[in-house]
Amino acid sequence: MDRTPYVELFKAQFRSVTSYRASFLVELFGNMGATVFDVITVLVLFGSAPRVGGFTLEEAVLTAGLSSAGFALADMLVGNVDRLKVYVRAGTLDAVLVRPLPALPQLLLMDLPLRKALRVVFGFAVLGGAIAINDIDWTPARIVLVVLTPLAAAAFFGAFFVISATLAFWWVDSGEVGAAFTYGGRDFTSYPITVFGPVFRGLFAYAMGFAFVAYQPALALLGRTDPLGLPAWAGYLSPLVALVAAAIAAVVWRAGVRHYRSTGS
Amino acid sequence: MSRIDARVLTISRIGPFRSSATTFGVLVGSGFRRWSTYRQATIAGSFTNIVFGFLRCYVLLAVAEGVAGAGPGGYDAEQLATYVWVGQGLLAVIGIWGWTELAERIRTGDIAADLLRPVSPVTGFLAADLGRGLYAMLTRFTPPVLAGAIFFPLHTPARWQTIPLFALSVILAVVVCFACRYVVNATAYWLQDARGPIMLWTLGSGVLGGLYFPLRLLPEWMTVTLWLATPLPSLLQAPLDVIAERDPPALQAGLVVVQLFWAVATLALAAAVQRRAERKLVVQGG
Repeated sequence: MDRTPYVELFKAQFRSVTSYRASFLVELFGNMGATVFDVITVLVLFGSAPRVGGFTLEEAVLTAGLSSAGFALADMLVGNVDRLKVYVRAGTLDAVLVRPLPALPQLLLMDLPLRKALRVVFGFAVLGGAIAINDIDWTPARIVLVVLTPLAAAAFFGAFFVISATLAFWWVDSGEVGAAFTYGGRDFTSYPITVFGPVFRGLFAYAMGFAFVAYQPALALLGRTDPLGLPAWAGYLSPLVALVAAAIAAVVWRAGVRHYRSTGS
Repeated sequence: MSRIDARVLTISRIGPFRSSATTFGVLVGSGFRRWSTYRQATIAGSFTNIVFGFLRCYVLLAVAEGVAGAGPGGYDAEQLATYVWVGQGLLAVIGIWGWTELAERIRTGDIAADLLRPVSPVTGFLAADLGRGLYAMLTRFTPPVLAGAIFFPLHTPARWQTIPLFALSVILAVVVCFACRYVVNATAYWLQDARGPIMLWTLGSGVLGGLYFPLRLLPEWMTVTLWLATPLPSLLQAPLDVIAERDPPALQAGLVVVQLFWAVATLALAAAVQRRAERKLVVQGG
């Protein structure tokens, strides 16, 4: 595969975002701040009670760290696909589709938000801190797990970003609906899922698979049994769940592109 | 010869009160109509508000369960649920996020057309924003509050003054939020590109406004400092504490007084920034 066009797209994007240097720097730190505040929220909430949903502050930070590392990575690499609705509305997606390159990588590189880079660093720093403050009994399996989980989480969130953006092909004004599952999913995975009510948890955690992003892997790392009854090996399912989500996203994306009819004007 | 009053209703900055009020009312109405055309976005937004309502409510209730004795931050479980759901309802009414219209108009030079109008841009945009808030109050406020009331026990206001105070508090919150957004957007007069300040605003207003968690969970000195030294708790925390009846009646009214102070102060700041900007403005575009 010839990679030159993608390199050129990336360079063009890089030049464009760095042309307002001060704004770029503020955005770089501002985006990191968003994740900082998410983590502070977890700290404040879990700091107010000795145990929340049966979990201590340290254990909650591990869940939040896995979730924010994965989410930050996905948000930087794939998150801007949610601009798709702008392109669909304006009909500018045509320009992307007529080029002899796959549409999705083009869209991602056209908008690659470099301003979110620092946030990824912070997300992984939180994860590092969480690993340090928790007393984890390291085994080879757990080392593999701690490396794979943020990557699987990123793939999983990425799939949700693509699926929710694809909604725009059928419903241009879908607006914030996608955010309920992408950013909502991030919020859901930042906490031990024991805090949620059974029906809501069933939908998000098991039907959509968000339990396997951070909660089950965190249990496996800590060597805790799941108070909700899943076996210990459930923590190692996250790459598999992410693969399934990515496959669904690919199918939905293809269906969406085929459904696209451009605008009338 | 009898003098015939041949004045027509004019739009005038210095005109008599009545014509100013009429102009203002027309602008409010236009803001209302503009937003009422985005019906599908209203449905989509309400859906998202409700999902986040569930997320935040369950987490806060779990915190309340984990605390022995008095509830976290001085709220009981019902007050916390009210805090979350009314907060989700108010989110679109206050309109913290997403307003970059002024910054865009400055960047593109369209602001020149606004400056030619006989109504000051602060007044014009404020009126339109009140219309937006009114529309949001009629459409976006109810669905999350209703969903919350169906799935969780909410706090029923026990004092007669709570509802009128809440109404006043919401109006003041909309004004404070508008004035802050105006100032943030107006940095584009100097910076051309206001993305950075807008980003800082989005961050600060969400977490320090009381959306992510009630600020009362922070140490008291921090809460008081934030409340008095910044306009941010006047955005969401104040109306939510009023409706949840978190405080005794005197303090409940006091929260609204603080909001009133911040409404006046931030509007004055917006007007001052606008005047300064007009003195140095070089209109963009060609």
